[in-house]
Amino acid sequence: MITGEDVDHISWLASIKVSEEEKAAFVASFNSVLDYFHQLDELATDDVEPTYRVVDLTNVFREDVAKESLSQEESLRNASRTENGYFKSPRIV
Amino acid sequence: MAGGDVIIGLEVHVQLNRLHSKLFCGCSTDYHASDPNTHTCPVCLGLPGTLPVVNRRAVEYAIRVALALNCQIQGETLFYRKNYYYPDLPKAFQITQYDFPLGLGGSILIKGEDGEEKKIRITRVHMEEDPGRLVHAGTIDRAKYSMVDYNRCGMSLLEVVTEPDLRSPKEARSFLDKLRNILEYLDVFDGGLEGAMRIDSNISLVGGERAEVKNISSHKGVEKALAYEITRQRSARRRGVAQVQETRHYDELRAITVSIRTKEEAHDYRYFPEPDLVPMRIADWVPKVEAELPELPDAKRERFVAEYGIADDHARSLTSEIRVANFYEVVAKRAPPRLAAAWIADVLKGELNYRDITIDKFSPDHMVEILSMLEGGKITEKGAVEVIRTILDHSGDPSEVTPARVVEAKGLVRAGDDAVKAAVRAAVEESAQAVADYRAGNEKAINFIVGVVMKKTRGRADPGEANRLVKETLDEI
Amino acid sequence: MIRELQEGLFAGGSAEEMINSLFEKIRRSRLNAYNHIAEDQALERAREFDRAPWEGRLAGVPIAIKSSISTKGIETNCSSRILSGYIPPYDAHVIERLKEEGAIIIGKTNMDEFAMGTSTETSYFGPTKNPWDLDRVPGGSSGGSAAAVAAGEAPASLGSDTGGSIRCPASFCGIVGLKPTYGLVSRYGLVSYANSLEQIGPLTANVEDAALMMEAISGHDPRDSTSVKSEGGYLSGLYGGVEGLTFGVPEEYFGEGVDPLVEEAVWDAISKLEELGASWKMVSLPHTKYALAAYYIIAMSVASSNLARFDGLRYGLRLGADQDWHTTFSEIRAAGFGPEVKRRVLLGTYALSAGYYGRYYLKALKVRTLIKQDFERALSAGGADLLVTPTMPVPAFKIGERIEDPLSLYMADVFTVPINLAGVPAISVPCGFADGLPIGLQIIGRHFDEAAVLRAAEAYEDATPYHEAVPKEVI
Ligand SMILES: [Mg+2]
Ligand SMILES: [Zn+2]
Repeated sequence: MITGEDVDHISWLASIKVSEEEKAAFVASFNSVLDYFHQLDELATDDVEPTYRVVDLTNVFREDVAKESLSQEESLRNASRTENGYFKSPRIV
Repeated sequence: MAGGDVIIGLEVHVQLNRLHSKLFCGCSTDYHASDPNTHTCPVCLGLPGTLPVVNRRAVEYAIRVALALNCQIQGETLFYRKNYYYPDLPKAFQITQYDFPLGLGGSILIKGEDGEEKKIRITRVHMEEDPGRLVHAGTIDRAKYSMVDYNRCGMSLLEVVTEPDLRSPKEARSFLDKLRNILEYLDVFDGGLEGAMRIDSNISLVGGERAEVKNISSHKGVEKALAYEITRQRSARRRGVAQVQETRHYDELRAITVSIRTKEEAHDYRYFPEPDLVPMRIADWVPKVEAELPELPDAKRERFVAEYGIADDHARSLTSEIRVANFYEVVAKRAPPRLAAAWIADVLKGELNYRDITIDKFSPDHMVEILSMLEGGKITEKGAVEVIRTILDHSGDPSEVTPARVVEAKGLVRAGDDAVKAAVRAAVEESAQAVADYRAGNEKAINFIVGVVMKKTRGRADPGEANRLVKETLDEI
Repeated sequence: MIRELQEGLFAGGSAEEMINSLFEKIRRSRLNAYNHIAEDQALERAREFDRAPWEGRLAGVPIAIKSSISTKGIETNCSSRILSGYIPPYDAHVIERLKEEGAIIIGKTNMDEFAMGTSTETSYFGPTKNPWDLDRVPGGSSGGSAAAVAAGEAPASLGSDTGGSIRCPASFCGIVGLKPTYGLVSRYGLVSYANSLEQIGPLTANVEDAALMMEAISGHDPRDSTSVKSEGGYLSGLYGGVEGLTFGVPEEYFGEGVDPLVEEAVWDAISKLEELGASWKMVSLPHTKYALAAYYIIAMSVASSNLARFDGLRYGLRLGADQDWHTTFSEIRAAGFGPEVKRRVLLGTYALSAGYYGRYYLKALKVRTLIKQDFERALSAGGADLLVTPTMPVPAFKIGERIEDPLSLYMADVFTVPINLAGVPAISVPCGFADGLPIGLQIIGRHFDEAAVLRAAEAYEDATPYHEAVPKEVI
């Protein structure tokens, strides 16, 4: 069972602020979805290897060749707050 | 600072800055003199829809390093996502290695606190991408905002993690010096570039919780940061304040550590295998890289002792930097090896350190020439030191400042036999009191007369030779 | 469709006029199929084409692109507030390929926010409507791409399919939609939702156009490490018919929960294929009932990581005065994401968090293995060459009918998600109507056997009239 406290913790981890109103709704829908997920518990999978990807590729590399970068203007173009060629970030602490 | 109650483990982030391009994109690694955010592309800015592709040579360099650090190389190795938020991390996850790191269980030898050879165990070596760089308006804990430059973001890093085998800040320093030395031998790393090596350390007193001190960016910084932290923990203990597990940030300007996080907020990184990359099967690749490994510092040191007949201390000093070792070998082929070892290890290195410059600023040809003048009696030892200093102080055009010209311009040619004999005669005549003392049995009085000889020849006489001549003259009279 | 359109252009028609009339139609439309029109860029390129027509398999053809596919200089917002106004500095691989083949990008289509949905109702820009019934959803998440093609607002479009997002709207809108084998089409430039499941693919008026689009967009791309070299040949083998092919009919895809009219239409289609010289047999995909849970766990988990980068610092929404960075980002993300995206990101975060990895993510990947093996067995040599199923268990449902109940919405994906888990190719082609609403037939193939999937779909289409029907609402 997921509780309101769990939602607070997940919200902190996911960096998404959740209002008190949303929290109640999330608790209900998370529990019904997780209940549904738990039907996988029926399956014995101890001897089954996980499938991370369906293409059987290994050792895909690029060569160590420098290519042209974006200009500073292009790099910053979609940022709404910049200063002297830097992205401007909210304070750290 | 040793005391035996200190436990230190290091996590060293090494930039593979001899690569041409970043780990997952084609941006150039040559950003150190550039404006912010000019070595950035959709991939390293983490723009929506972009995908990483691994730089083949980065993997090769990583294998090289892991082998040189005596690690077991994993046959199959994988990238994971380490999820956390920080403004310097544009995807909000770092592509790094977790289970199946490239190298496990290595070690290197350092000179321990007691002067003995000491083995420091290496837990793991793994590859990861560098985050961007934050510039704080002021200090980290007081800045109103920060500015982000992603030029560094996506540089190939190796994280080298040690076991808690280090017992003092000095040992930590000596570990880092040795690591840097090995990396430079491998030609994967230039330690002279800003941010090339950054260190996080775990430090505790026996019986206490540990603090993780982050953001140490130089070898000198390590000694200072750790020394500060040990003092802080000891004095807290004396006051009865228990150390809690915490993360501290080293503030280089103030040379103190500042607490930035406690364990309650510990991260949950939610590692999972990076779905946009495929596994790397490197088992078949390792023997080839191993066959091409260059001679490493410890092996070179042993060879120098055996091949050139030099002292172990000299060999250690000469091999502690690849450039010095190479310089020595060039010189030793054309000059007496033991003489060369003494002059390079004891004199030249000291002069370089004093000036904080590297050996590239000195030509091996010049060293050969100086040693040959010294050997042939053309200059004195004092004169030779003077030549070295003069050349280093004129680090302009090396063809202008040759040893021969310095000797000539400064009049350093060793005084001829006649000139020295004349100076000896004059000195004996002028030093009646000293002569009398000598005759009265005071052997040391001779030093005064030799001093006068050296003054009269403006140092160009060999002091030993002068001493012999003065004695001869006094005994004749 | 594309062939006729090109013949018209080369017989003296004007690309500019054609595109202008499309824009006119889009402006008058009540469907809300687009959230951004690239009017200036498209008209300029059309005028260039009219001045000096170029060669290419898609020369002069206007194409609509799902808003999750990066287009240089053209807003790419994933129908999310958090990305509104974001203009990429680069083209996705598929966009480069379309341009090389001479196509003209006309705009970006509406979708479920970040492709998280089955109905195109979660778009920040409002729902797209089904051209066959404006009260109904067009399916999702590529609902705009499907509605645009069905209503003649674009001759062809690109969508992306993570768990059915191409095939579902193709089915609901009565057009053709193909989800390629994983790895066949580069994902470079596709805004990631669930990386190991999704592929870009075409939505078209007929099978031939789908094959043509596949010729253009498939192929190896060194910028996508999971991209595979491919043979192509989708057009050349297209008209080979189905004679001698064996179709497998999975028993788990019929019965409870499937609309009887849908079931009937699919059985009629199977009879039609038999009539055309194919044979069929029942097969079993025994782990089908676990596919939805496995799919949603994998997708949500990975999505929680993929969507973490949207924080307003480098692009996208930035709100109010900055506080400390964590508060600032948390508030931007709270305001920038809609409820379904938040739900999936938070659930995915939970599933990956300390102590739960084994129970959810790892477990789901193991179940994925079982589902993949089901398909390998059913499609093995001596088994079936292709599988045939309904694409969706029901026809298009009403707008608002399921959106408040996430589970009922997720259930609609029951026949499409197993295909993404297995990574095999599948197409949806129109196979009839239920009370005036289109029904889709899903044909599933072996890895990289798009040629067989397309050939079977073409044979079926050629023998049936359903793809020619046009929705009355928009005429
Ligand atoms: Mg690290
Ligand atoms: Zn880059």
